[in-house]
This record gives sequence, C-alpha cells and structure tokens, in this order.
Amino acid sequence: MTPVKYRTTYRNPYRNPYRRHKRESVIAGFDPVLTVAVGALLIIGTLLVYAATRDWYASNGLDPEYYLKRHVINILIGLLLAWGTTVIDYRLLRAYTPFLWGAAVLGLIFVLIPGVGSEVNGAKAWIPLPGGFQIQPAEIAKISIIVGMSMLLSERSHDSDEPKRNDVLRALAIAAIPMGLILLQPDMGTVLIISASVVAILAVSGAPTKWVAGLIILAVAGGTVATQSGVISEYQIKRLQSFVDPNADSQGAGYQLRQARIAVGSGGLFGTGLFDGPQTNGRFVPEQQTDFIFTVAGEQLGFVGSGLIILLYLIILMRAFGIARRASDQYGQMVCTGVIAWFAFQTFENIGMTLGLMPMTGVPLPFMSYGGSSMFATLIGFGLLQNVHARHRG
Amino acid sequence: MNQRSRLSMAFIQIFIASLLVALLGRLFYLQVAAGPTYRDAALNIQSRDVVTPATRGLIVDSSGVPLALNKVGLAITVDRTIIDRQEDKGEAVLRTLSNLLGLKYVDVLQRTRLCGELPVGSRAGCWTGSRFQPIPITKEADPNIALEIVEKPETYPGISALPIAIRNYPGISGVNAAHLLGYVGPLTDIDLSGVNGRSYFRSEAIGKAGLEIKYDEFLRGTPGIKTVIVDRKEAVTSTRQDTKPTPGNHLVTSIDIRLQSSAEAALEDAVRRARAAGFPSDGAAAVVMDVRNGEVLALASHPTFDPNAFEKGLTVKQARDLFSERTGVPALNRALQGLYAPASTFKAVSLVAANDAGYDLSARYDCPALVEVGTRVFNNFQKKAQGILSMKEAMAISCDTIWYQIAFDEWLRDGGLRPKSNANDYFFRAAERFQVGVKTGIDLPSEASGRLADRTWKKAWHDENKDFFCNYKTRASAAQQTPFLIQLAEENCADGDKIRAGDAVNFSIGQGDTVITPLKLAQMYAAIANGGTIWQPTVAKAVISNSGKVLKKVEPKKLGTIGVDPKTLSFLRETLREVVVSGTSAGVFAGFPIDTSGKTGTAEVFGRNPDGSLKADSAWYAAYAPAIKPRYVVVVIVSQGGFGGSTSGVAVRKIFETIYGVKGRTIDPAAALFPQGTPPVKLPKISAATRPAGSGA
Repeated sequence: MTPVKYRTTYRNPYRNPYRRHKRESVIAGFDPVLTVAVGALLIIGTLLVYAATRDWYASNGLDPEYYLKRHVINILIGLLLAWGTTVIDYRLLRAYTPFLWGAAVLGLIFVLIPGVGSEVNGAKAWIPLPGGFQIQPAEIAKISIIVGMSMLLSERSHDSDEPKRNDVLRALAIAAIPMGLILLQPDMGTVLIISASVVAILAVSGAPTKWVAGLIILAVAGGTVATQSGVISEYQIKRLQSFVDPNADSQGAGYQLRQARIAVGSGGLFGTGLFDGPQTNGRFVPEQQTDFIFTVAGEQLGFVGSGLIILLYLIILMRAFGIARRASDQYGQMVCTGVIAWFAFQTFENIGMTLGLMPMTGVPLPFMSYGGSSMFATLIGFGLLQNVHARHRG
Repeated sequence: MNQRSRLSMAFIQIFIASLLVALLGRLFYLQVAAGPTYRDAALNIQSRDVVTPATRGLIVDSSGVPLALNKVGLAITVDRTIIDRQEDKGEAVLRTLSNLLGLKYVDVLQRTRLCGELPVGSRAGCWTGSRFQPIPITKEADPNIALEIVEKPETYPGISALPIAIRNYPGISGVNAAHLLGYVGPLTDIDLSGVNGRSYFRSEAIGKAGLEIKYDEFLRGTPGIKTVIVDRKEAVTSTRQDTKPTPGNHLVTSIDIRLQSSAEAALEDAVRRARAAGFPSDGAAAVVMDVRNGEVLALASHPTFDPNAFEKGLTVKQARDLFSERTGVPALNRALQGLYAPASTFKAVSLVAANDAGYDLSARYDCPALVEVGTRVFNNFQKKAQGILSMKEAMAISCDTIWYQIAFDEWLRDGGLRPKSNANDYFFRAAERFQVGVKTGIDLPSEASGRLADRTWKKAWHDENKDFFCNYKTRASAAQQTPFLIQLAEENCADGDKIRAGDAVNFSIGQGDTVITPLKLAQMYAAIANGGTIWQPTVAKAVISNSGKVLKKVEPKKLGTIGVDPKTLSFLRETLREVVVSGTSAGVFAGFPIDTSGKTGTAEVFGRNPDGSLKADSAWYAAYAPAIKPRYVVVVIVSQGGFGGSTSGVAVRKIFETIYGVKGRTIDPAAALFPQGTPPVKLPKISAATRPAGSGA
C-alpha cells in the first residue's frame, strides 16, 4: 500500500468517537464558516427587522425599538438553545426525542382546540403565552421529526446496510402524525418543508428507491388532491390563485405579492440604502418584519445586498452537506440532511414567494425573520449541524 | 454510507444548489433587468398628486360685467371608498345626511352612484366622476350644516365638509344666459382618456356646455400639483415637487348683459301672451346680432334652467326635467339647436330667386285666394284674395299665392317631374347663397345645421325611406293607417325622389322640409341688412390673461356673400321696411320712434303634441334696425306661438326698445344701451366687481 492510499483511508484507532471534544471555549469545535455565515445572517436580519419597523412605529407614536429589542432577545435565547444542542452529544438527543416529539404532538392538538390556539392569517398555529409571546408547536415538530426519523432509520434490528420496509413505515409514522395535525391548522408551507426533510432523510438512509420515488409521487398527488377537495382552506386557495395572477385579488393576497415584488424590484442594483426604503417605510408590504423580511433587503440593499444573503444561505447549505458527509455515523448524516432540506426549502419557499416564484405560504425566513419559535427552531437546527460537525470522523 | 445514500445526497445537494441559483437568477431579473419598471411602479404607489384646482377665468359681457365668476362654497362630500365598506353600504349615513340636508334619500343616493353603476335610462343625476374622489352632494351647504358634519365625524363616517371654489353665475341685471354660458361639472372617464388631446386631473372641473365647454382650455388654467410621498395609511411622509396653480384666463364676450336680460324677459313675455291666447308655446328663442360683424349681443332660449343648480346639486327630478319633453327640454338651446320651417321670413330669399329668374320686381301680380297646383289646392294665408298687388305690397301683407304661381311656373320650366339636367333651380340656388342648410359656425357647441330641401336632399331622403313608403301597409303602425297617410305613402313611393310641384311651391314660402335655426335666420337677415355679407356669428371677443394681456382676439369672419346686386338688395330692404310701415307688423310697431324693417313668419307645423292636439303655428319675426344703415338684427321665434307679428313681433320691439332706450314713443338717449351709438369695441378691464352702466353703481 502506498502511503497516499493509506492516508486516504486513515482512521485514528485511538480516537474515541463518543468522547467529547476538548474545547477552550463554547465555540471551539464549531465549523467556523458555518458560524460566520449564520452570524452574518443574524446581524443582517436584525438590521432589517429594525429597518422594517423603526419608522412606522416611530411615526405612530410607538417605541421604534420594540421589534428590535424583542428580536435581539429571541436571537439570544435561540443562541443559548443552539449552544445547548451543540454541547449535548447528538446521540444523547435520542433519549430526549420521544419526549420532544410527544410534546410537539400535544402542542399541535392543543392549538386545534377551539378557543385555545390563536388564529393568525387563517391558520391556527399558535399557543398564546403570557406577555404577548406565542409559541408554534409545528417548529418543535420539525426538529422532533428529523431527529426521530433519523433515529429509527439508523437503529436497525437487522444487520443490513439499508432500512427495511418496517423501519421505513415506522419512520414515516413518526412524520405522518404531526404532519396530519399541521395540515389541519392548516399550514401547507410547514407541511411542504417537513415533506422535503422526510424525503431527503429517507433518500440518504439508503432505503429502497421505490420508497423515495413513491413518497415524492404521494406528496405531489396529495398536494393536488388537497387543493381540489377542499382540505386546503379557501384562504389558501386564494393565496395560490393570487400567485398565478397577482392582480386578481388586488387587496388581499395578490396585493401582498405585488407589493412585495415591487419593493424588491425597486431596489435595483444597490438599493435605496438601509433604513431608507420608501416602499418599506410606507408599510406597503404587510408582515415585512416576519414573512416578507426579504423585501426589506431587496429594496434597501439592492441586488448586491440581497444577492449576498442568498449566497450566505448557499454557503451554509453547502457547508452543511460537507458536515453531513463527514458525519461519524449514518444517524448524524440523516439529521444533517433533514436539517439541510428544512433550511433549503424554507428559504426557497420564503424568498421564492417574495420574488413571485412560489405561491404565498406563511413561512418565515430562517435566521432572519422576526418571530421567536422560528428563530429558536432554526438556531436549534444550526446547533444540530454544529453538533454533528463537532463529532465528525477525523 | 452505501452507494445509494451517497448518490442521493449528491443529487439533493445539486437540487438545493440549483434552487438557490434560481433564486439568484430571479432576483437579478427583478432588480436589475426589470428594476426600472418596478421603480416606476413603486413611485406610483407611493406618490399622490395633490391637485389644487386653478381659479377658473371669468366670463364677462362686452363692458366687463361678469356673467360667470367664482365664489367660495361649502361642499358636503361623500367618500365612496369609505361608505362602501360600511355594513349597509352607507345607507344609514346617507339617510342621516339627507335628513340633515333636507333632501330626499333617493336624490342623495343617486348623486353618489357612478353613472356606470346604473342602468341606462335611470342615470339622471348620477356622478360622472370616479369612485375614488369625494363626491359632492352639494357645493353650497349652509355653514351650520357643515359645522354639524365637521363636529360629529362619528355620526357621519365617510362624509366631509370643506370650503371649495365653485363656479357661480351671479345673474346680474336678472340675466340667466344658461344656454349661452353652460355650466361646469366633474370630468368623465372619456375626458380623462385624453380624447381631446389634453390631460386633466380627476379632481378638476370641466366646462360641460355653452361657452364653458367651448373656451374651457382658456378658462380652466393649470392646476397646481404637489406630489407627496405617502405611506400605506396615506399619511404624507414627504413632498416631492410643488407647482403653483395658474389661474384661468378671462373670456370677454360681445354679449350685453342688459340686452341679454331684456331678450330673456321679452321671450318670457311672448310665451306668456301666446299661452294666454291659447297657443301651447312650447319653446322660444331670440338672437340679437351686430349686422356689421356677426357679434352676438344676446342669445336666449326658452324654457331655460338655473345654471347654478349644478353646483348646488341636482335632484333626480331636476336632472330628468332638463331633458324631458314634458318640461319642454330646457337643456336645448333653441337659438342654435331648434329647427323650424322659416315660413314667410323665407320670402326674402324667394324675392332674390324671382329676380334671378327674370321676374319684374316693379310689376304687379295677382294675389288670389287659392292656386291649383296639379290636383292640389294651395290656399293663400287665411284663404283671402288680395287682388292685384305690387311686389312691395305683396311682401308687406305676406301674400302666398304670388309665390305659388312663380314657383310652379319655374318648376314646370325646369322640367316638372322630369327635371332637365341643367335645371335653373333659382329658388334652391338663392337659398344656397344664403347658406341655408349650413351651420353658421357660431362659437357655441352642438349647433344644428338645418336643412335645404333641394333635389339632392330629396333623393337621399327617398333612398332612405322608400322601403317604408313602398311597404307602408305592413310597416306603418295602426295609428298611421289613415287614408291620407296611405295616399301620401303611395305618392312618396312612386316619385318621392323628385321635387314635385307641391314641394316647389312650399319651398317658396318657407314651408315643407326646409328648416333653419333662429341663429341662421339672424345671419341671413344680417346679410340682407349689411349689403350682402354673411358673417360667422361670434359670442367671444377676446381672451384676456390675468395680467390684462390679450391672448386671443376673435376676429369677425366673412363666410361669403349672398351675391345679390345692390339694386335688388335695396328693393328687398324697401319691401322689408314696407312690412313695418303698412304690412303685417305695422300694428306692432305703430309709433315706434326708430325706423325698423322686418318680416313676419307663421310656420305651419305638421304633427301632434304629446297631449294629442294638433301642433299650432310657430311665430317668427326677423327684423333689423335702423332701416337705413342697419346695425342690429333681431330674430325671435315662439314655437307654437301663433302669429308672427303679434307674438314675436312684440318681443322684437321690446328688444329694440332696450337697445335704443325707447320709452313709449320717444327715445331717452340716457337709457340707450350704448350712449356712443354702437357696441363697445375696446376691451373692458376685467373685474368681478364690474356692474352694468346705468345700474346706479
């Protein structure tokens, strides 16, 4: 064997894959590129949330820093959760996962009880908490599904390289129950994102291609049937229709999409300058600190700034693929892939909606949109990636 | 990690990378490739043009007395975008508002409906503007009512009260002049679409009729535009540009407000007298013109309307009545839109024709009681034989039968029912030279052209109607199946394309299918009076800017001459003088201190009134004064007013009395309209405070 060949397959026989890394600080062992990219998005996001709300709140006699303060608090809590996720060995997460999953399902049932869940934009997705905070169980469900499926598909009773039918069915059951409950809210956007994660996890689990193909077909057929049979509420059909023709419903969903597109388009190459967008400051785009945060970037930072944001997402995702490949086991690999698919589809759905590529679904932009539950969940997802990275092979 | 997992992950990675690249591509398209389009769209959304309407220019009479000016009114407006969102579509608030204003709810409702929202036929009084501008219910609200609305916004959601500049027709000297002036109103979508090549702002007003529409481009000025940047709640965040409104220019007319008022009163009086005598008198018109240049000094039409009613706010009934037959269609300007058979006033043309045809005007002619033309009998006026008369006497007493004979002879000479290709058509040619059937070209909108029923017209008319006449029994209604009408239809079918003897005979006394407007007759008589020149009548004299600069001067325009030699013309004028001295209007003008000339006309009108009665004769009087070196032509018609002399002749005399300051049988030079003897030539200084001379100011 040539030394070259030897090195490529080298494994340190003394290395204990279960041992915790020695670290001088809490971020030692973090993937630096991933950390910097996410950090950049968090900072840009904070500025944009402030830019989206400052003038309007000030001109209406409210605290201009209201959203800024809450957003920063959300990020700090989220970072704490991310750190917590990172320091716990992801393999230990398996122990917590059933509880997390159970809590998510209970929360999802809870929001559907009339009079308990608060309805925002036609979907019952929130549990109101004291102090004006709200919590969205669907976000917890995302994480518990990703971790739970990965767990079931990697822990096999048999000695095979790939999961068998029973494993696949059990894993799918883990996903199907919360997804069904989310569908009842109804929140198609989140269901789509979870579907993407489910398909991606299944694909990298090594499960037979027929399962993956079958799931994709099921997702497409399910979407079609849902729109036809009225499972999707009228509110959502309206959003879908307004995607096809933004001028159709000029005061409702179509109005939002048109305004969003105009805000982004009017930014041009360099934008109007941070805090200086008339379209943003005039509040022509609704929900612009949450679901439509990207319009603020589009108008105020222009193609240069908003293109950079997309590039940051691309860096994060590609970096995450690297982490997945280098994961020490299949479980870590599947968790990474699930998180990647989640981030990628949520980002694509959100920005795609803003740019008129996707129908209007109320999903927030990872790391940037204002909103506690989403911020916590995405940062926990970030923590999962770092966790897997910290324990990669060599 | 097995092979399939590795492949799957690679596939997922490529797929996700391409999704993000797609986002980048779309972003590039929106921001860089299509960026300018979206920037414009954004500017459209954010910017609002706040239009400050320009003050409309004044319309003044020839001595500067305002006929139209502006005043501050209190507008009560309804915002449809707000009341439409109320649960009952604003019914409750509109009901409260109509109670407050003392109006009927249906009227208030109608005023706030866009015309396009209503079915055709029930649009009277609808809002011609847009849903997105405040719709005025009235522009002349009581201050207390306005205060009530301002103080209780919760009781009147969507209702505002604010002071605005409104057009006002002050009616100085009791003048109405509604047909002459017109009125202003909101822009329609057609105006806004730029069909006339000009661009307007939604909130502006535009001339809707009369001088207001004809000279709108001068009167309107340029509104001030302040472009403000607003947010979604329409709160102003900044101001982009600001142009001050430029006030409109003033229009000086040749109208004399006192004469206009006098003409209106004379019409009023003539209609009252005719009605007292049992005639329906469904309309009347008067025209006073300077024979030397065509300047219109007065132009009145009856019935009329209140030009200020539009700013006060029309009720449904008022709006409907404007165009209702029952009320006599007050919107119609009969002076230039009313078409009437000229009757005996047309004999001035026939005299010219007879002279052209070689008849000796100094000869004497028989005026029998009736003339048989073919199988039909044509009676003299009142079936009275007048013996052998000179042409002058015949004109004075308005003998018809002389003209029947001449016209019939000429018709036969031209080939009768088989017309020669080179027919002389003296009567038609003479009428052509007087420009009968052609518009006078007055600077007022919607003038009717009238009709010269010559051979060409007859043929065109027959081509259009022969199908009906030739299938009369199946096409006509049951009520039309009378023996007379059936016979008429048969005749019309057979040779309706030809000028028949009856047509020729009728033409010579101004009856039949030839119709003219009162303004046209004034133009024709002005030509007789001034030596043969046909002037284009004008109402406007000049457009003057706010700084007093003359921007446009309306010069008199010659349209042609009647081509009558001086000797014949002077003979014609003598015969017209004879009418007043010894003829049909001698009684009316007995003792009048100014020598005038004129001609009566009593037009038979075919058909029935809405109440089923046969239509009465229409009364014409066309005159000019002085008889020598004439200056003013006056034409009055009272439709279905009876005899020309007694009904309209008196009205003409009253108008001459005003011009010359005639009191009874004497002239009071101090009371004359124009102390220097002629209408003012110099343009007046413009001031809203100018009042007529002699009004004690």
